[in-house]
Amino acid sequence: MKTRIAGTVVVAALVIFAGYAALYIAPDERTMHEIQRIFYFHVPSWITSFTAFTVVCLANVAYLLTRQQRWDSLGVAAAEVGVIGCTIGLLTGPLWARPVWGVWWTWDARLTTTFILWLLYVSYLLLRGLLEDPERRATLSAVFGIFAYLDVPLVYVSNRLWRTQHPQPVILGGQGSGLNPTMARVLLLCVVAVFGIMIPLLLDRYRLECLRHELDELRLAVEARSTNSDSALSPATGKDRS
Amino acid sequence: MSTARAAAILLTKELRLEFRTRELLNTTIIFAMVVVVLFSFAFNPTPEESRRYGPGLLWIAFLFAGSLMLHPSFAREQSNQTLDALRMAPVSTFAILLGKMLANFIFLSLAEVVLVPVFAVLYNVSLAGVIGRLILVLVLGTLGLVITGTVFSAVSAHARMRELLLPLLLLPILAPLLIAAVEATVSLLADEPVLDRTWTTFLAGFDIVFLSASWLLCDFLLEE
Repeated sequence: MKTRIAGTVVVAALVIFAGYAALYIAPDERTMHEIQRIFYFHVPSWITSFTAFTVVCLANVAYLLTRQQRWDSLGVAAAEVGVIGCTIGLLTGPLWARPVWGVWWTWDARLTTTFILWLLYVSYLLLRGLLEDPERRATLSAVFGIFAYLDVPLVYVSNRLWRTQHPQPVILGGQGSGLNPTMARVLLLCVVAVFGIMIPLLLDRYRLECLRHELDELRLAVEARSTNSDSALSPATGKDRS
Repeated sequence: MSTARAAAILLTKELRLEFRTRELLNTTIIFAMVVVVLFSFAFNPTPEESRRYGPGLLWIAFLFAGSLMLHPSFAREQSNQTLDALRMAPVSTFAILLGKMLANFIFLSLAEVVLVPVFAVLYNVSLAGVIGRLILVLVLGTLGLVITGTVFSAVSAHARMRELLLPLLLLPILAPLLIAAVEATVSLLADEPVLDRTWTTFLAGFDIVFLSASWLLCDFLLEE
């Protein structure tokens, strides 16, 4: 419990400091001015969401190889966290695009890829909700998760070939690209802060899913026992037991 | 028994099953035609526009028709537990999947054979001179649709609301295929038709990626 409180305080401090740095410390951008500061929220939420989707794929592969329930729990936890990050990205993107590009939305490579990605992982979560048998749910959703992840580069390449409006990669993008060093440091801080929120969220969700699974198994065991005793004893006794 | 031989036997079984009633084919073709006609009402395209947007419409019709048609592929096996019988047969699971993919490919191709001429007439598109190259694009696109669709038909067959679920799983995955197939078809229907190498290669790549993935994952897909 103590570590939890300490962790919460650390993450809260980190988030407040990152917010302050993004709003006040980072230098003004030459052409976009204040509106560019949304960058410090937009990019970190993407980074976490793509990381989370990669975790989903790894968890899916690990589940199919080992058949351990915990990988399935990790998969669903990461998918939910990824969808949150993706949703934040999809909401902050248009807010930034409207004043800068003049439109809320354009069908450019990265936007389209992310939108499809969001749809794919929402379908992944929906699919899980509609499959009843736990083992089958884990296996089939793992297969779907792997297919979805394989699709991501294809979506990106196809849209890249098709049309694109996003800036050429600014960070690590070759000659003439690159962030102002202060901007880079603030961005890094914001990435750490967002991970600071997402990782505990993911771990908690993972634990919850494991507990839920345990509960389901216990419930099944109790049901199996009560049906056995129903057949052995009189109906009234069986009822008392359950 | 070799995988190819087993797949061929399963293919015969699927074809025989379908051609006894032809219900799947008939409904698919009529449904796709309804989409083609409704599109013309919704957008009222000029001849110039229909050449530009026609390919998109055609592929949307195929995608919708495919996502409905592929659903019974595995769901049909469930009503009489025939899937269990297939699983017990001494053949590889990939053979079962491959047989179904081939059967679905044939069904969807037959629907396209009917639909493409109808589309050409309704939208005043001349296909003379490009038919061979068009067939190549259609085959590559249909293969991708059928490969992913058959796999997802097996995934959704066990779920509740499976009829709704299959299009939901399938259509987002097919987004890159749609772009590639439409762009390749557009360049074939242009004033100076060319076979777009990039998009054709992309389509082939899509097919290869997902066929390999289904080969690797088919055991998990069909396990009890």
